[in-house]
Amino acid sequence: MLAAFISVLTTTGIVLSLIEETISFFGEVGVADYLFGTDWSPLLEPASFGVLPLVLGTMLISLIAMVVAIPLGLAAAIYLAEYARPAVRKTIKPILELLAGVPTIVFGYFALTFFTPEILRAIFSEDRVGIFNALSAGIIIGFLIVPTVASISEDSMSAVPQSLREGSFGLGASKLQTTLRVVFPAALSGIVASIVLGFSRAVGETMVVVIAAGLQPQWGLNIFESMETMTTFIAATAKGDIATGSIAYKVIFAVGTTLFVITLILNMFSIRFVRKYRQIYE
Amino acid sequence: MSTELETLARAQAIGRPSAKNKTKDRGFRFGLLFCVGLSVLLLGVLLVDIVSDGASRLTWDFVTSFTSISADQAGIQAAFWGTIWLMGVCAVFIVPVGVATAVYLEEYADETKWYNRFIELNIQNLAAVPSIVYGILGLAFLVRGPLSLGPVILAGGLTLGLLVLPVVIVAAREAIRAVPPSIREGSMALGATQWQTIWRQVLPASIPGIATGVILALARAIGETAPLIVVGAATVIAFNPEGLDSAFTAMPIQIFDWISRPSNDVNDYKPLAAAGILLLMIMLVLMNSVAIWLRNRYEQKW
Repeated sequence: MLAAFISVLTTTGIVLSLIEETISFFGEVGVADYLFGTDWSPLLEPASFGVLPLVLGTMLISLIAMVVAIPLGLAAAIYLAEYARPAVRKTIKPILELLAGVPTIVFGYFALTFFTPEILRAIFSEDRVGIFNALSAGIIIGFLIVPTVASISEDSMSAVPQSLREGSFGLGASKLQTTLRVVFPAALSGIVASIVLGFSRAVGETMVVVIAAGLQPQWGLNIFESMETMTTFIAATAKGDIATGSIAYKVIFAVGTTLFVITLILNMFSIRFVRKYRQIYE
Repeated sequence: MSTELETLARAQAIGRPSAKNKTKDRGFRFGLLFCVGLSVLLLGVLLVDIVSDGASRLTWDFVTSFTSISADQAGIQAAFWGTIWLMGVCAVFIVPVGVATAVYLEEYADETKWYNRFIELNIQNLAAVPSIVYGILGLAFLVRGPLSLGPVILAGGLTLGLLVLPVVIVAAREAIRAVPPSIREGSMALGATQWQTIWRQVLPASIPGIATGVILALARAIGETAPLIVVGAATVIAFNPEGLDSAFTAMPIQIFDWISRPSNDVNDYKPLAAAGILLLMIMLVLMNSVAIWLRNRYEQKW
């Protein structure tokens, strides 16, 4: 029975490991300088630890991802839950799940060697689009989280009782009206949960941004240029051999804590919303 | 069934859907299909791109050579065996811990107790923590800090194990829950203790479900790159791992290294990366096929 506590221990471990080094990081760098600074160059002299460019990069890329994932994911969910015949459903669902099963490094490779040069540069011209850019990474992450959004939304739409649909048809509504005005609102809490969870995955995604978005922190909104995210910074810095206790070591933990807190808040929201729809109809 | 209900509902409706509504309906349906098609198309293009980049490089020599500065002679052997070792450590860790957790939560835990609800919430949350954060945990506790194992196979495997543990727990719980109460009651009625019932009746009956979950968890672990980077997997290694305390590289790490090297006319690392990805995907397909086969072959209807 001790085994059950390994999961608790893992969480405690994560929190402890993050907090210890983060506190010692803030012994050297002011909290306000970190949270509100707009210049991120921790490994150069003179070092500057304003985390906002990393947060901006993370949020912007995640937003691009959501612009792709919300319409595609919801369309897939509505189609599978309301329109598709069972046979079609049976083929499309595994294909979407396959999207979720492909390692993210593969998507990174695809974004860098195909999507940026063959698609984005063809559309927006070669001079405007950098080899590493936020747009390509964002769009590809969007596709990556389509299955996350689709599967939870579909579950919540399938949980809407048939009687609601029949009532709507009985009043003379068309299929489209029923889907958008009855089923969709009734399943809203699950749909919101899926979007929040998808966003959280986009925020924590590492390999696609490391490979396709580059390592240049940016305090601006040029999506055609490189942007560094929190995850990119952690991966790139940890790759080199760094001494325990050095400022480079500590700053990894500070950024890790920031990332962990953001995703934790998002996850708690999403779990809350899922509970809500389960309570209503099950 | 739903189409029948629809026609019935429409026939009895006060007003039939107008022609305008019908066009809208069709347009919407088309839009949905277009969006689904887009996702499927992307996946298709991705697969074709990787096969066309890497297929010619995926030879037996590629699998049996070590990595090299010269792109023509480089292979993936060290990374391949590194991955096999990692999966071994990972499996040895997640099977007992995952199953024990599942047994506890399904058979013993009293759901009204706050700490059991806390454990459940905790597992749900762990499943959504970014993988790179697990890497930080591994770095702080396993590689350095309290255990100070160094960047070795054992540390890498355990980090991946912690990462995919929630997958195993969820699958094992479902498998255990699927065993009907009548089996347990029958066993108890014959005088078996709760422990004997679990060990001799419940667990054997849920082995296929658990095995499927473990394979799916390993399939997730095999492609994870970010935590291994943080834990400190090496990129240029020309020997196979010899034990748990051996430095290592792994397939995704090797692929990442090839992707990030600048290619030029003499050395083009892109096909190497694509060939590595292909090999990784082939292993993934194999693992998933085994999981599906297990599920279909041993699925029991009670």
